[in-house]
Amino acid sequence: MRKIKAEVIKDKVRDLFLQASSFIGDDLYNKLKERYEAEESPVGKSVLRQIIENNDIAAREQLAICQDTGMAVLFIELGQEVMIVDGDLNEAINQGVREAYVGGYLRKSIVDDPIFERKNTQDNTPAVTYIDIVPGDQVKITVTAKGFGSENMSRIKMLRPADGVAGVRDFVIQTAVEAGPNPCPPIIVGVGVGGTMEKAAMLSKKALLRRVGEHNANPNYAKLEAEILDEINKSGIGPAGLGGRTTALAVNIEYFPTHIAGLPVAVNICCHASRHAEIII
Amino acid sequence: MEKVISITTPVTTSQVRELRAGDNVLISGYIYTGRDAAHKRLVELVEAGKELPIDLDGQFIYYVGPSPAKPGYVIGSAGPTTSYRMNPYTPTLLKLGLKGMIGKGSLSPEVVEAMKEHGAVYFGAVGGAAALISKSIKKVEVVCYEDLGAEAIHKFYVENFPATVVIDAEGNNLYETEPLKYRLP
Repeated sequence: MRKIKAEVIKDKVRDLFLQASSFIGDDLYNKLKERYEAEESPVGKSVLRQIIENNDIAAREQLAICQDTGMAVLFIELGQEVMIVDGDLNEAINQGVREAYVGGYLRKSIVDDPIFERKNTQDNTPAVTYIDIVPGDQVKITVTAKGFGSENMSRIKMLRPADGVAGVRDFVIQTAVEAGPNPCPPIIVGVGVGGTMEKAAMLSKKALLRRVGEHNANPNYAKLEAEILDEINKSGIGPAGLGGRTTALAVNIEYFPTHIAGLPVAVNICCHASRHAEIII
Repeated sequence: MEKVISITTPVTTSQVRELRAGDNVLISGYIYTGRDAAHKRLVELVEAGKELPIDLDGQFIYYVGPSPAKPGYVIGSAGPTTSYRMNPYTPTLLKLGLKGMIGKGSLSPEVVEAMKEHGAVYFGAVGGAAALISKSIKKVEVVCYEDLGAEAIHKFYVENFPATVVIDAEGNNLYETEPLKYRLP
């Protein structure tokens, strides 16, 4: 067994959230530049220029890219030959989040009881954590600071098997287009298909973490991603919803086997500031 | 380059009625901030017939919950939040003389009707351009509801805060007109 101290996890989690909050990934940065060059709408071009300039300022001065520094979401692949020692894994994760948000001047946006009290927890905890046990002696931690302007525009639907490819395609396009200017376009569209209801939703979040420009390894899904992206960009919504050719930057689909009677589809929308980072320990 | 209109708060109804959807503006002067929780409190006061802690006549409200300021900064990142969440409260505030809202995303038809009736405009700021926008905010003070943290009502002194008139006082709406120009079959 390989022993890893809980404190190491805590430090890595903190550093990943600090990194993600100020530094947009090079994949997204380059895609925004490419779209800035290509955008035909003068207003759309101006919006993309402001977004790029904002990313430059945030990185240079280590400021939050967006004031909504999100809810902390983590995907952890925990090698089965790893033993976490000297502490509680979940507490280490939350302590890492706490140190990033309190020490890093990030906004604390989490309320404890969602319906009645809605009292701010003051340290942005708890995080939403998904842990997968995998072979090996490594730990891979992927974090995302998920803003809610776009989270609120997400949807899930239990389609019938008869709805097929067209049903999935239309639901994803409809979700993205009806969101209009609200989720801070240009958006990233994460799609989870199959599994059960919650599996589809979880996959749609995971799909958002893929590098922009990478496609599903299954050519049928890769083709569907390209087709949906093209259709969303025909909507004309454009950057900030003020018109243009750039409404979405990527459509990423992840899938899982499902039941003979079902076709769950979840669509998780992310703004242009898709903040995520990962590390392998 | 298109022309840019400078506006200084407070404003009059006639000033606001001259603005047209598509105008690029630079806002200077004091503006108030408010989000969901602060709006709820303000409207509860109005419904109870009580006085508000702020005078909204001729003012703009910026829908924002800034991130904390780093040492040496007056404010953290401060971009707009999504406006539709304030829809249930906005007509009440427009009746009290609120002349403009700054946010991002759509407004309900009820809010647009109230804007036409009372003479008010809706400005769009670029969502996610929060570090860039923060550079135009020069002074910050909490006016009330400090317990709400980032959601407290702040008073910002801004210089050349960049925004676009998205919906004007006649109800012209860029979110409806502009995408049509770029829509493909």
